[in-house]
Amino acid sequence: MRITTTVNGERREVDDVWEGESLLYVLRERMGLPGSKNACEQGECGSCTVMLDGVPVCACLVAAGQAEGREVVTVEGLADPDALHPVQTAFVDAGAVQCGFCTPGLVVAAADLLQRSPRPSDPEIREALAGNLCRCTGYEKILDAVRLAADRMAGAEVAR
Amino acid sequence: MEFLQPSSWAEAVEAKAAHPGAVPVAGGTDVMVELNFDRRRPAALLDLTRVPELAAWSEHEGRVRLGAAITYACVIDELNDRLPGLAMASRTVGSPQIRNRGTIGGNLGAASPAGDAHPALLATDAEVEVESVRGVRVVPVGEFYTGVKRNALEPDELIAGIWVTPPRGPQQFAKIGTRNAMVISVAAFGLALHPDRRQVGTGIGSAAPTPRRAPDAAAFLAAALEDAGLWESRGDLPESLAREFGARVRGAAAPIDDVRGTASYRLHALAVMARRTLAWAWSDYQKAA
Repeated sequence: MRITTTVNGERREVDDVWEGESLLYVLRERMGLPGSKNACEQGECGSCTVMLDGVPVCACLVAAGQAEGREVVTVEGLADPDALHPVQTAFVDAGAVQCGFCTPGLVVAAADLLQRSPRPSDPEIREALAGNLCRCTGYEKILDAVRLAADRMAGAEVAR
Repeated sequence: MEFLQPSSWAEAVEAKAAHPGAVPVAGGTDVMVELNFDRRRPAALLDLTRVPELAAWSEHEGRVRLGAAITYACVIDELNDRLPGLAMASRTVGSPQIRNRGTIGGNLGAASPAGDAHPALLATDAEVEVESVRGVRVVPVGEFYTGVKRNALEPDELIAGIWVTPPRGPQQFAKIGTRNAMVISVAAFGLALHPDRRQVGTGIGSAAPTPRRAPDAAAFLAAALEDAGLWESRGDLPESLAREFGARVRGAAAPIDDVRGTASYRLHALAVMARRTLAWAWSDYQKAA
């Protein structure tokens, strides 16, 4: 079947999509957007987290046809053309990336958190990232990165 | 495989009649896992995410009707005051990503003994509204679960909604697993005190082939509260009473050993959770006086 969806602000159309296929497969294999990672395929690991109509979801659990006409934002769509998203910069600066496989999902989940709650408490950060596994267990630095991004984004808000 | 995409409830019911083998999918948190792992190849998927009627909740004469596709996130955000037990259970489901997609109707459709919504629905005597082109029927939730991952739906029927009466008394939920997030329950227990009708509601999860109540424990507790005049006095609950309640809840379970835990651990955990939820609920009841 044919799927038409808006991905990172761009209208995308793909053909010959199998009816049982996931949105994750469509993004990675048919649209050339490999940022969202494919790991557990059962919603346990969060490495495929994308925004679907503004809500963070596991792309592996969304049937491709369910994304028809919807708006998807992947990790590739977070940065501006000339600057990384503050969450991405903070992950780099805080050393919150080890093997990097979980990073895209965590960055999407963290960016969503900071949009909803610009100054999150630690329990709030932990809860927001509870669906994203880091098998390198680098959680402390990931928490540091989210706090750093929150500080910087709040600072930028004040400066503006 | 066909991908059926009705845009109204009437269309959805007609599609299910025309394709009784179609598997309904909303949040995809169960169905997509089965597809991704090649465990299931249905002839058709029936996508319910474009049926607006299923995504709304409403109130009718003091009762709440949840459309079947109401998500756990929606219960937590919008129904915490009206349906506290179900909201508590919803907060323990998966992760934010899963709660944003998973639905109460989907939990009933999957009918897993480990489904987190079931103990709360059983404790509050919820009713499941199912519909087909033949008509509408209402199934008490206690009769909805018919076996391991089996429910009372006929092949042409869909879950339209779930009816729950907001409580007149406290509700509690407890679930045990290996960590706080992303955990399938090893055992779970839901409790509702119904002081208006002098009854006790219970629901056991992950400790029998289906979610089930603990009717003997509930009757024992309701009678003991009545005999001691505690419904009116709201006096302290005797420790022996809470222990006996826990023991009787344990007696209602029929768990198995599996990868998540042993039967004996589940029985022990249930007795503890029943005792604790009763203590919490009673404390809430005393404070509400």
